[in-house]
Amino acid sequence: MITEIFYMNGYGIYVWTSFFFTLLSFITLYVIIKVQYTKERNRFISKYGALDSKKAETARSQKINKEILSSGQSI
Amino acid sequence: MFKIFEPNKIFIITSRAPKYVLILFIMVISIGLVEALFLSPEDYKQGHSVRIMYVHVPAAWISLGIFSSITLLSVSGYIFKNKNFFLIAKSFAPSGLLFNIIALVTGSIWGKPTWGSWWAWDARITSMLILAIFYLMYLVAWRMYENKDQVLRVTTIITIFGIVNVPIIKYSVDWWNTLHQPASINLLSKSSIHTSMLFPLFIMTAAFTLFSLLIFLMKYNTELIKIKNKGLDRL
Repeated sequence: MITEIFYMNGYGIYVWTSFFFTLLSFITLYVIIKVQYTKERNRFISKYGALDSKKAETARSQKINKEILSSGQSI
Repeated sequence: MFKIFEPNKIFIITSRAPKYVLILFIMVISIGLVEALFLSPEDYKQGHSVRIMYVHVPAAWISLGIFSSITLLSVSGYIFKNKNFFLIAKSFAPSGLLFNIIALVTGSIWGKPTWGSWWAWDARITSMLILAIFYLMYLVAWRMYENKDQVLRVTTIITIFGIVNVPIIKYSVDWWNTLHQPASINLLSKSSIHTSMLFPLFIMTAAFTLFSLLIFLMKYNTELIKIKNKGLDRL
């Protein structure tokens, strides 16, 4: 039964390779985009933290900045 | 007119949506994989190799759909002078290219047991390869040009030239004698594919659509944060 699932009358190598390649591509792209996101967000946090009080006040007035700071666990 | 597309407003949604899309994607692809690999029947002619269709066809459909959307967004961005349209288009491109590559690779794997060859310079395969080149040119252009106006102009031109290839891909099987069979699924007439195969095909298409949405959301958020980083530098 198990052998039949993997062998698929000789087509198993083609079918499993196709599905494996697809899933591997998904994981690779997801990881690349996630790393880029984390890098940019960390850069934002360090820049935001380095602002003096006057500049921080201006930065705080933009709603999107607060969203970026609180969106760390969203993906 | 396009106030709804303001990044500040969109970010509230796009920053929270990925985790839900990811959960939904995992659920849908799990059902799709079980259907495609175990529950759907084998083809009377192609045997089990027909299962490759469940990754090959949705990947091809989505790569075509994404390129069409990128073109529409780029041209609209140019007409309505809305830079956020370009940002949305740019964020769609990585998943579009990935699905194009998946369609080419899985098509090549499917070709071996079906046609006896990994590759053929058939009209459909060649036009899909040209689409991949356009995707690459589009993504490279975003990296190459520093000048913002120049990059917007160049990427729009690439998409306009590239979109000419999309109907060629679609109708290549009707216009030329190719190894590919004519379309089995038609929106306007009865499909020649049995529902037992149609169901897993649509489930896998839904899963792939969710994945491209997930990548789009993550990429779009990254691009917005990148812009905000530059904004902090200017403070």
